[in-house]
Amino acid sequence: MKKDVFDVAIIGAGAVGASILRRLSAYDLKLALLEKCTDVCFGVSKANSGIIHAGFHHPVTSLKARLEIRGNLMFDQLQHELGFPFKRVGIIVAAFSYEEMKTVEQLYEQGVANGVPLIEVCGRERLLMLEPKLNPDTVGGLYAPTGGIIEPYRYVFALVESAKQNGAEVKTDFEVVSAKHNDNVYTITSSRKEKIQARHVINSAGLFADEVSAIFGGEVFTITPRKGEEYLLERNAAGFPNHVIFPVPSRVSKGILVIPTVEGTMMVGPTAIEVNDKDDSETSSDNLDKVFAQAMYMIPVISKREIITSFAGSRATMPGNDFYIGISKSAPHFIQVAGIQSPGLTASPAIGEYVKDLLKQDGLRLTEKTDYEPFIPHETCVRELSPAALDEKVKEDPLYGHMVCRCESVSEAEIVEAIRKGHTTLDGIKFYTRAGMGRCQGGFCSYRVMKIIARETGRPIEEITKRGGGSRLLLGKIPVESGARPSPKPKKKSVKYA
Amino acid sequence: MRELEYEAIVIGAGAAGMAAALRIAEGGFRVALVDREDHLGGILMQCIHNGFGLHWFKQELTGPEFAERLAEKVVAAGIDIFLNTTVMDFSVSNGVKTLIACNSEQGVIQFNARAVVLAMGCRERNRGNIGIPGTRPAGIFTAGLAQRLINVDGYVPGKRVVIIGSGDIGLIMARRLSWVGAKVLAVVEILPHPSGITRNIVQCLHDFNIPLYLSHIVSRIEGKDRVEAVTITPLEGGTPEHSKSFRIECDTVLLSVGLIPENELSKKAGVTIGHDTGGPKVDAHLMTSAEGVFACGNVLHVHDLVDFVADESTRCGGYVVDYLRDQIGEEKQGAVTAGANVRYVVPHRYVPGRDTHFSLRSIIVKDRGTLLIKRQGAVIKKKTVQHVKPAEMIYFKMRGSDLPATEGDPAPLEIALE
Repeated sequence: MKKDVFDVAIIGAGAVGASILRRLSAYDLKLALLEKCTDVCFGVSKANSGIIHAGFHHPVTSLKARLEIRGNLMFDQLQHELGFPFKRVGIIVAAFSYEEMKTVEQLYEQGVANGVPLIEVCGRERLLMLEPKLNPDTVGGLYAPTGGIIEPYRYVFALVESAKQNGAEVKTDFEVVSAKHNDNVYTITSSRKEKIQARHVINSAGLFADEVSAIFGGEVFTITPRKGEEYLLERNAAGFPNHVIFPVPSRVSKGILVIPTVEGTMMVGPTAIEVNDKDDSETSSDNLDKVFAQAMYMIPVISKREIITSFAGSRATMPGNDFYIGISKSAPHFIQVAGIQSPGLTASPAIGEYVKDLLKQDGLRLTEKTDYEPFIPHETCVRELSPAALDEKVKEDPLYGHMVCRCESVSEAEIVEAIRKGHTTLDGIKFYTRAGMGRCQGGFCSYRVMKIIARETGRPIEEITKRGGGSRLLLGKIPVESGARPSPKPKKKSVKYA
Repeated sequence: MRELEYEAIVIGAGAAGMAAALRIAEGGFRVALVDREDHLGGILMQCIHNGFGLHWFKQELTGPEFAERLAEKVVAAGIDIFLNTTVMDFSVSNGVKTLIACNSEQGVIQFNARAVVLAMGCRERNRGNIGIPGTRPAGIFTAGLAQRLINVDGYVPGKRVVIIGSGDIGLIMARRLSWVGAKVLAVVEILPHPSGITRNIVQCLHDFNIPLYLSHIVSRIEGKDRVEAVTITPLEGGTPEHSKSFRIECDTVLLSVGLIPENELSKKAGVTIGHDTGGPKVDAHLMTSAEGVFACGNVLHVHDLVDFVADESTRCGGYVVDYLRDQIGEEKQGAVTAGANVRYVVPHRYVPGRDTHFSLRSIIVKDRGTLLIKRQGAVIKKKTVQHVKPAEMIYFKMRGSDLPATEGDPAPLEIALE
């Protein structure tokens, strides 16, 4: 029995949980990652803006600033090992008044104090040279070349894959509903009555960290969701900037950004609105107008006509405006990693490091694995191949020659690979491969992807879901008779023109 | 990597591509027809309803029947057909057009040709394009995807359905869903008039007692995992009157909110796209801004009848033949512009003294309209058109004798409606 006890169970498979898992997987530990959704990165991390912040937004006294700077510096090595899309395109904060320029000066001072490399205050000419699409009314701003962009889900998938390769276990559809602590071991039960045991537990449950803390008898606190709506614009969008463009920040948020995504689409957002419902992912037309008004003030050529989709997710905010990371004082061997809102993604690798040290402090023995493998195999992306390289790939596996998603050039081989890695929902495939993420938003490829999932998993196609749970895509099969002999029965010939 | 030489390559094997390729082959040229699907016929194969072919074959056919008739001729003509083959890149250099395509069996193929016909069709506008607020559950489909799922794969995408937009595919799907036992609860149209053709309003909505809400929008989609309800809001004076909103519980939302010519490849070759049509700008020979690159069918502008697609594409094939025979001369072309009440006119150029077919779309709804063809400030021709509406494309032929040469360069032609 003792053999089945995990050394550490991490609750929540977002960017933070995945980073902690991957860091710990370098040690001789039995690890479990518990996730209530059907796939990893299906919570708020998938709605993340994907910014790797430079580290000038938060005061030097905060834990946030420390982990942000440290995390930022870790991304080059992580990308080298894990191969996710990441580019240091640089961040620009554009000011439009001398009042705003004063804030820019403060951000600069803060950045210097935090140790942000290469940060500079720019005059109007310099800023417009860096970013020619910027509204010429700008008076100047801040330039931080170490800021970058990333695909948040690809990052999380790669972290999890790396950890799995080093022996960690991932349990999806595992919603923690109760926990008991006996003989120094937690017995954790899921909503499906599955049980696991673990000696140390890490609460990285994002929006639900307060509820998870309560289940374990940890500190009492409240997570308030602060919703952000984002709009994705097509490839080759007119307003695609060279850098991530920020407005001068307000007290509550970093503002509406214009983001050139790593994969060539463009994003504007997010809003920052406190909501009651943690699952609230609604977008509204008022906010669309607000987001575009602000984005177009910074870059006037941005056009609503280029929107391909919108989405929303909530930041997990806590009073105090700093990360809450520490060993629980009320629950034994329980570590809180809560209130991780912006710049959580940037800080995530440093949080992994920090939590590793906390576990050691909490008595966990850390022995480095002799066979730890930091690299994961590089996935072939057809859209990145030259014609000659693609030709070679097709000889290896003919499925590379069959394009399933025309907009993002995703081949059947890539879809099959994603399914074999455990991504068996339409959204899981989309986030892993980009099939369905382009301009037609799955209009042409989703039935093909559904068929491939059914074929590879041996499940009936009616059971395929968008993202697990009750999100079934098809609601039935046509009975042969009705399909063969359709018989219209017109009722009275009237129609309601409202 | 293999390299293949052709005199002409047609991208897309729907009605447009097949008709153009046939005409080129009849002209005696070596032509390849490339399509990413595993069949000839494109989207026609999922359009199992009738109403096709009345003009072109003088007979009422279903979509697959229409496609099959063209496909038989294509096969008989000995045209090289590349199915399951996706064109990934297209470039033009020194008059040689190069396509990079790929399939499972042959790997990457480089096609070189003197002429290329763009016949890639169009795609459906989706939720993001029109910005419907709310959640993002399962159960939101474009009408064409739902059509594919039902007619080809045999699955029912939903049981209680609200259709957004009264475009033809949406109307056809309202009927189709009713036939497979689903309940279509509403068709919601933002405009004060239907977007689909009258025949479909009558046969697909009236006959099934499906309510059509004109000047209404869906202002919210609800549902966590699967669609649970939509909120419908009337427009008053062009703005939503939220106090008069009502909610309909449903499990599925279908979108039939317009089509966009699929021109990503065209853009790669540097072809100029018109803002009015979303398709390439073409001259009197349906040639795009790139010499030797032609366009026809829905990639050029969205048609509502496949018969007109076949007609336009056959003519396009004829121009390609002229081009390959070096018979497209240096004759001067005049500009064609959309005048009052006209959204667009295709083609964008004309040759004086030569018969020209024009396709255009109206902005207005009128029982009996008059087309005014103007040049140098004078009306040179008038034509009466019955039942003018944006949903129905106006397709007409101008005789060369009605378009005599003007002094100097051909004067611009303006086509207006009143």
